[in-house]
Amino acid sequence: MSTLLLLLITGVGLGALYFLVASGLSLIYGLMGVLNFAHGSFLTLAGFLGWEVGRRVGDGTWGGLLAGMLVGLVVGALVAAVTELVFIRRLYQRHIEQVLVTVGLGLATVALFEGIWGTDPIRIAKPAWLGGTTDVLGASVPNDRWLLIGAAAVVLGLIVLFLRATPYGLVIRAGVENRTMVTALGIDVRRAFTVVFAIGGAAAGLGGVLASVYYGQVSAHQGTSLLIYAFIVTVIGGLGSLAGAAVASVLVAVIQQLANFYLGGTGDLAVVLALAAVLLVRPRGLLGKAAAR
Amino acid sequence: MSRIRALAGSTWGRVALGAVLVALAACLPLLALDIPGVLPGPTYTPGTLAVLAYALIIAALALSYHLVFGVAGLLSFGHAMFFAAGAYGLGVLLRLLAPTGIPSEAVFLLAIVLTLVLALVVGTLAGSLALRVTGISFAMVTLAFAQAANVLIRRNVGGLTGGEEGVTLLVDVVPPGLVGVVNTRSLYWLALAILVIAYLVCVWVERSRLGHVVAAARENELRVTVLGIRPYRARLVVFALAAVLAAVAGLGFMLLQSSATPRISASDFTLTLLVIVVLGGVGYRWGAIVGGVVYTLLDQRLSALASSPAIAGLPDVLRIPLSEPLFLLGMLFVLVVMFAPGGIVGIAHRATRPRRRRREDEREDGRPAVMSDMEASTHGS
Repeated sequence: MSTLLLLLITGVGLGALYFLVASGLSLIYGLMGVLNFAHGSFLTLAGFLGWEVGRRVGDGTWGGLLAGMLVGLVVGALVAAVTELVFIRRLYQRHIEQVLVTVGLGLATVALFEGIWGTDPIRIAKPAWLGGTTDVLGASVPNDRWLLIGAAAVVLGLIVLFLRATPYGLVIRAGVENRTMVTALGIDVRRAFTVVFAIGGAAAGLGGVLASVYYGQVSAHQGTSLLIYAFIVTVIGGLGSLAGAAVASVLVAVIQQLANFYLGGTGDLAVVLALAAVLLVRPRGLLGKAAAR
Repeated sequence: MSRIRALAGSTWGRVALGAVLVALAACLPLLALDIPGVLPGPTYTPGTLAVLAYALIIAALALSYHLVFGVAGLLSFGHAMFFAAGAYGLGVLLRLLAPTGIPSEAVFLLAIVLTLVLALVVGTLAGSLALRVTGISFAMVTLAFAQAANVLIRRNVGGLTGGEEGVTLLVDVVPPGLVGVVNTRSLYWLALAILVIAYLVCVWVERSRLGHVVAAARENELRVTVLGIRPYRARLVVFALAAVLAAVAGLGFMLLQSSATPRISASDFTLTLLVIVVLGGVGYRWGAIVGGVVYTLLDQRLSALASSPAIAGLPDVLRIPLSEPLFLLGMLFVLVVMFAPGGIVGIAHRATRPRRRRREDEREDGRPAVMSDMEASTHGS
């Protein structure tokens, strides 16, 4: 029983990490129809810069971690916004080319990160409390999971608040619903594109710093390997649906944890099978719109 | 009548041109051509021949991807899986069959046949599932399948694939003419033969009813369906055929490199393939070949450049980007997508053909038709 509880809580913790990456992907796809292959690079860059700043502020202290998280948020948002302005905007309405450009950026930046920080993962120090465990009904849950779950919950709350309560949020929600109509009303949706990219990038940046805490290391390929799971989460949840991304990230991570433990390390395969099953039974994803374009 | 004759003349002209090109390529190992900066040494040296043979194998693989992406308009992120099936299939089957006591020639042939059957089965299975969805979902399903294959190979399931170390070629059962540095020449000819086969299959598919159906379905799926043709089956055949072709390239890769590592099944490898096809020119057969050769040679030369003393002396800001070939190639790719969507062959076409005689599948801006077609099917209403 305590094993199952442990697996469930750690699964939700991993799901929180997936959500931080997938939320931006899903928002970007929903509004712009762009599948962003460079998203993993936002995450990796934020992870590296967050680590560089964090260790200078205080290696392995809360101050350092908080500084790192802040840097991750800012770096993610800035890099994503610049990517949108410089590369994506020029290819307006050319979705295939936009995807190709992000593919190229993803490949190129990973190589660049390898050049700067080396190919081997760098071990990082984290606050002592995060290395410990908390006893929940007999299950010893690693403490870093709480940090992940808390951060993802805050990000989800902030994004929902932004979408519901601000004028930009209204434009974005309307744009996801029917972009042509919003444009016809005289609203420049393209400004919303940059905002969405920046928000998605910020979430991914925070995710990058927290991923390095979760794995205890930071490497040039960290973002790319998480990105694949984030894609799977996004498709299972329904492309463009934030709630879908939230539900699917927890679902995927829990399935992965359970299969890894009970079915002899087959977590990755179970996730792929889940994706295939969802797409065959319900191609638009769990919470995707019927006419998802 | 004269028009038909002219057409026939141009067709035969093309065949003759192709034959001359192949003959020239086949003669390279006998010549001492040295192109400094492009090739590592004179063409008869084993080192240069190995690089060229690798480029030809990659070009053949790119041609098989051209069938899926350029002809059928399917953005597959799982093509590396079939290449890996070819390379790993041969390596693993040779190891399994060698101790059975069958003569080594029979073992070699049997392993090749079984590998191709494996590729056909995997391609058909993966395709029949993935093709039930279209557009971005198709891309994601193929990505997931390839990822699963990559995990299986890296985890060394059943102790067959050798985990991160990969599988090495069991040279005892390979014909002696295809083993060793001395025989790089024959491996080069083998690679050239594989490329020619891949090209001929592509021509055949594109001119067949099958090719017309998938191309028409790419352009307008609804219209094809209204005509009473089901694009699903045609796409599946093309997808499976491309899988087998990729496996043939994988066989050549295994024989040439004598080993396969999980790298060739990773999603990054498929992305590289996408880069190659777009760099050469989407929708052109020659684009895949030019892209494959140019990419491989660039990659090789840039790696050599990275370790040269001229680069090592530069300040970090310049040295680090310049010593990462993939960074330079990735940025080159981004520039091509943004400013020359037709790729290398697209640029050549625009330069050599007068404006009014331009192919009708190109737009004014040189953007390949495949991309706008795919857009219409993924995002249009």
